[in-house]
Amino acid sequence: MWDYTDKVKELFLHPKNAGDLENPDAVGEVGSIVCGDALKLSLQVDKESGKITDARFKTFGCASAIASSTALTELIKGKTLDEALKVTNNEIAEYLGGLPREKMHCSVMGQEALEAAVAHYRGEKPPEVEEGTIVCQCYGITDTKLKRVIKENDLHTVDDVTNFTKAGGGCGSCIPDIEKILKDLWDGKVAAESAKPGRKLTNIQKIAMIQEVIETEVRPLLEKDGGDVELVDVDRSKVIVSLRGSCTGCLMADVTLKNIEKKLKEHVSEDIIVEIE
Amino acid sequence: MKIVYLDNNATTRVADEVREAMLPFFSDLYGNPSSMHTFGGQVHRKIEVARAQVAALINADPEEIIFTSCGTESDNSAIMGCLNSMPEKRHVITTRVEHPAVLNFCKTIGKRGYRVTLLPVDKLGRLDLDELDKAVTDDTAVVSIMYANNESGVIFPMGDIVNIVKSRGVLLHTDAVQVAGKIPVDVKKQPVDLVSLSGHKMHAAKGVGALYIKRGTRFSPYIIGGHQESGRRGGTENVASIIGFGKSAELAGNHLSAGNSKLIELRDKLEFGLSETCPEARTNGDTENRLPNTLNISFEYVEGEAILLRLNEFNICASSGSACTSGSLEPSHVLRAMGVPYTAIHGSIRFSLSRYTTDDDINKVLDVMPGIIKELRELSPFVK
Repeated sequence: MWDYTDKVKELFLHPKNAGDLENPDAVGEVGSIVCGDALKLSLQVDKESGKITDARFKTFGCASAIASSTALTELIKGKTLDEALKVTNNEIAEYLGGLPREKMHCSVMGQEALEAAVAHYRGEKPPEVEEGTIVCQCYGITDTKLKRVIKENDLHTVDDVTNFTKAGGGCGSCIPDIEKILKDLWDGKVAAESAKPGRKLTNIQKIAMIQEVIETEVRPLLEKDGGDVELVDVDRSKVIVSLRGSCTGCLMADVTLKNIEKKLKEHVSEDIIVEIE
Repeated sequence: MKIVYLDNNATTRVADEVREAMLPFFSDLYGNPSSMHTFGGQVHRKIEVARAQVAALINADPEEIIFTSCGTESDNSAIMGCLNSMPEKRHVITTRVEHPAVLNFCKTIGKRGYRVTLLPVDKLGRLDLDELDKAVTDDTAVVSIMYANNESGVIFPMGDIVNIVKSRGVLLHTDAVQVAGKIPVDVKKQPVDLVSLSGHKMHAAKGVGALYIKRGTRFSPYIIGGHQESGRRGGTENVASIIGFGKSAELAGNHLSAGNSKLIELRDKLEFGLSETCPEARTNGDTENRLPNTLNISFEYVEGEAILLRLNEFNICASSGSACTSGSLEPSHVLRAMGVPYTAIHGSIRFSLSRYTTDDDINKVLDVMPGIIKELRELSPFVK
């Protein structure tokens, strides 16, 4: 059961501005039935003032997609096109008193429908075919869109990128690409600071780094398969770990150890050897 | 307001008789069945009664039943138990439409050096038995095929599956969680090697399952600990739930011998009623071989979570195969394996009845559903 706010429930059960406009000045359509949500936004625009005088939607999707559509149309009515374009997906979510994190992509869809409608009005090509290469094949999401949404919403994890854009939520084969985009966007300076040090580490610094690499780079991967690892001891370049969970007695334990060793060599020091307790 | 509960493939209400049977084990009879004293020993004897009751439901011998914590544990234990008992064999066969308790387990061992074959189904959700026959090799350790599908309700031909797999001398496990208590299961007539059962799907409490292990089957325990369950499953028994499970098996047996005609009548009334009153509704799955309590029906161009939340306003409980309800972004793996078009998967609703379902329950759904579908279609950009 999703934890929807009362506002989402109210606007899902009693949507405002639903339907089509008879002679719309602009129409923006995003999403598809394959993806599981789609939004068609119709606008009436006053030629002189450039203001949106009416906005209607038709939405295929869950409660949050339908409520987000009402929020979008309510937020943009009376605004000029340029003012409307400044409405962010966060404002849509705020209007609803918040959305479950996993449903934030519904608010992003609203923002995109508006961009598509405005582009249509101005005779520009719709933004979804803007330059960029497709990263997520399942949902047809480009790197350009990913970078924009990541920056606008200050996203740092693949899970959040999926929550906001759906990218990576299908077959999952693009997850490494999303990781790389995140790394390139955010890690630029962080990585420079924590890059493998050429200087000699004190033992305490080394243990701290090993611990951090295990926490951030290794455990999340093992946990996906129900496994876990714990740092037991560090004896000069020898790192002793204990495998837990489904890693215990796993036939692939040797491969897992090699991978841990690889990560530690990469991030801490070339001479590290990993052994099991 | 009364709840109209049509989500019995998810879980069921605990039968009153089951609850009554369980209560003494929370208060007076709290002994540990492994204890030497009479106080604990009497509990042990009650567990053996429950074991016999569960065994009787599938025509097994009591010694062939071990109690577990849930259907998932039974599934995991069955497959891992087989693999551990023959480490030289590295191949597992299952289907694309299994419950995650089997499917994800197999995918996980697939990452650990095992070869896993996932058998496809056709558009009615039926298995191609030739594919199964072709898939079995000398390296195959175990075949795990569900008895009936939890989403579509489609029943697999277990007799034919037994013939194919056993003629090749390979172990056969079936997840019968959705079947036990709904249609007769007889492990003497259909000699599978391992069968998973779950209490809460048949009016017992949550947190108890069982695994049938045919006498003579090589099996090594998955949960390692004390000598409980004849050394085949460690851990102090979930006594009250086991006692309740036994009672629920007895009740289910009585219910089965009385026949499923009322249940089928109600399900069919729902199916035909919805098909008549809601345009572009289509039933998913093989209606010839289907659990008597299950209806999986798609309403094109509307989204399942939206339908469920509207039904929720009327206190009607059902479930959906849509992406928004799955907890991930992917819609039902079962309906996708069947090749159901996306327009229909997202709008799929599963109604699952029980022996407690009444005419009034079905009438209530038939009353409100046409309005719900009409309103949501008015919002849908795919309806012109």
